[in-house]
Amino acid sequence: MHVGENLPSESFEQLAMPHFERLYNFACWLTHDRQEAEDLVQETYVKALKGFKSFQPGTNFRAWIYKILRNAFLTSRTGLKATATVQLDLEGEEEALPAAEETPESILLQRSDGRLVQQALEQLPVTYREVLLLCEVEEMSYQEISAALAIPMGTVMSRLSRARKALRGGLQQQFAERVN
Amino acid sequence: MVCESWKAKLDTYLDGEVSEDEMRSFDAHVRTCHSCSADALTRVQMKRSIQAAGRRYTASAEFRRRMQQTIAAKPQRRFGLGWTFAAAVAVILVVGTLTSAYLGARSGRDQIFSEIADLHVVTLASSSPVDVISTDRHTVKPWFQGRIPFAFNLPELKNSEFSLLGGRMTYLEQTPGAHLIYDVRKHHISVFIFQERSLKFPARLGENFLAPQKSPFNMETWSEGGLRYFVVGDASAADIDNLAKLFKVAS
Repeated sequence: MHVGENLPSESFEQLAMPHFERLYNFACWLTHDRQEAEDLVQETYVKALKGFKSFQPGTNFRAWIYKILRNAFLTSRTGLKATATVQLDLEGEEEALPAAEETPESILLQRSDGRLVQQALEQLPVTYREVLLLCEVEEMSYQEISAALAIPMGTVMSRLSRARKALRGGLQQQFAERVN
Repeated sequence: MVCESWKAKLDTYLDGEVSEDEMRSFDAHVRTCHSCSADALTRVQMKRSIQAAGRRYTASAEFRRRMQQTIAAKPQRRFGLGWTFAAAVAVILVVGTLTSAYLGARSGRDQIFSEIADLHVVTLASSSPVDVISTDRHTVKPWFQGRIPFAFNLPELKNSEFSLLGGRMTYLEQTPGAHLIYDVRKHHISVFIFQERSLKFPARLGENFLAPQKSPFNMETWSEGGLRYFVVGDASAADIDNLAKLFKVAS
């Protein structure tokens, strides 16, 4: 289903349930806890159902429901804790991480079983993790990410760039630890 | 220097977020520049790795069912208690007894259809839609032994347009069942099989039930040999019917 082609006659259930598995996956990545993720998804669906009248048919339902989930996360105890500890340094200076030309991480990627990438993703600040997941796993456009996270397109691009650098940095660190 | 400007936009290019003109220029440059092509390859590997690693968590069938119940069949509008409403209540009382059985059965059927269609869509949207990947029915059928409390036959597909992609376990009303996925002309069709006596709703379905008219999916369901079959997908009604017939012959 293309999210931008929602028909007015479609029910909430018809629109919302196809996103269920992916919302749950996203919620698990945000919370690192399956029970909390279930609570978060449940809260998201209940809020979305209540606010469904305000959803405009023809606009992007996926970005709309992800935004609800993300807002619910930000106001949860885990969300408040996660964002309070990392928010300060995110939008500031560029990090002094190596550029993308190095090959260790590509060697590592070829050899790894995915577990290392999962670990590197887990260790990212939540603000980086969410933007990477929306781009790479959910395959959202920058515009959709901008709507889901309620940030300008320019911030999406700069945050993605920093998130990728941070992930590469994490992988390089793991690579160095393995070599030593 | 030239490459620096390309590299600065490399991620945006690989995300498909540059203009068509820029895309063409990038394509041409990457083909001729070893450094940029190596860099692009590394980043594509990284994107694929993140995608694979990021699809990690799957919700339990129980949680999924709970969510469906939470959001299904919620009233869309609230009416005021005016004179019109009171009159409507009177009319409903008069005709209610005549129609409630029919409407109840119909809404129940629509709800079952929704649940089956959701199982189909959610599975296809999953990163691993099948647990046993095989085009051979003699591989897929034994895989279910010990996993579900019943046995079933799979049809012979020679000389048909259908091909078997694989199967997985599924749940409906907390009842375990078999979910098989078939392909016909690039359309995926799901076949669900459950034990009839374990389900609560068979009486509402009757022998043959087709999908509601407004649905984007076609569906057929029937009961045979104590098993309840559902065939659902976005393929044509004729394709759904043909696959259903193959199952009826096999069972």
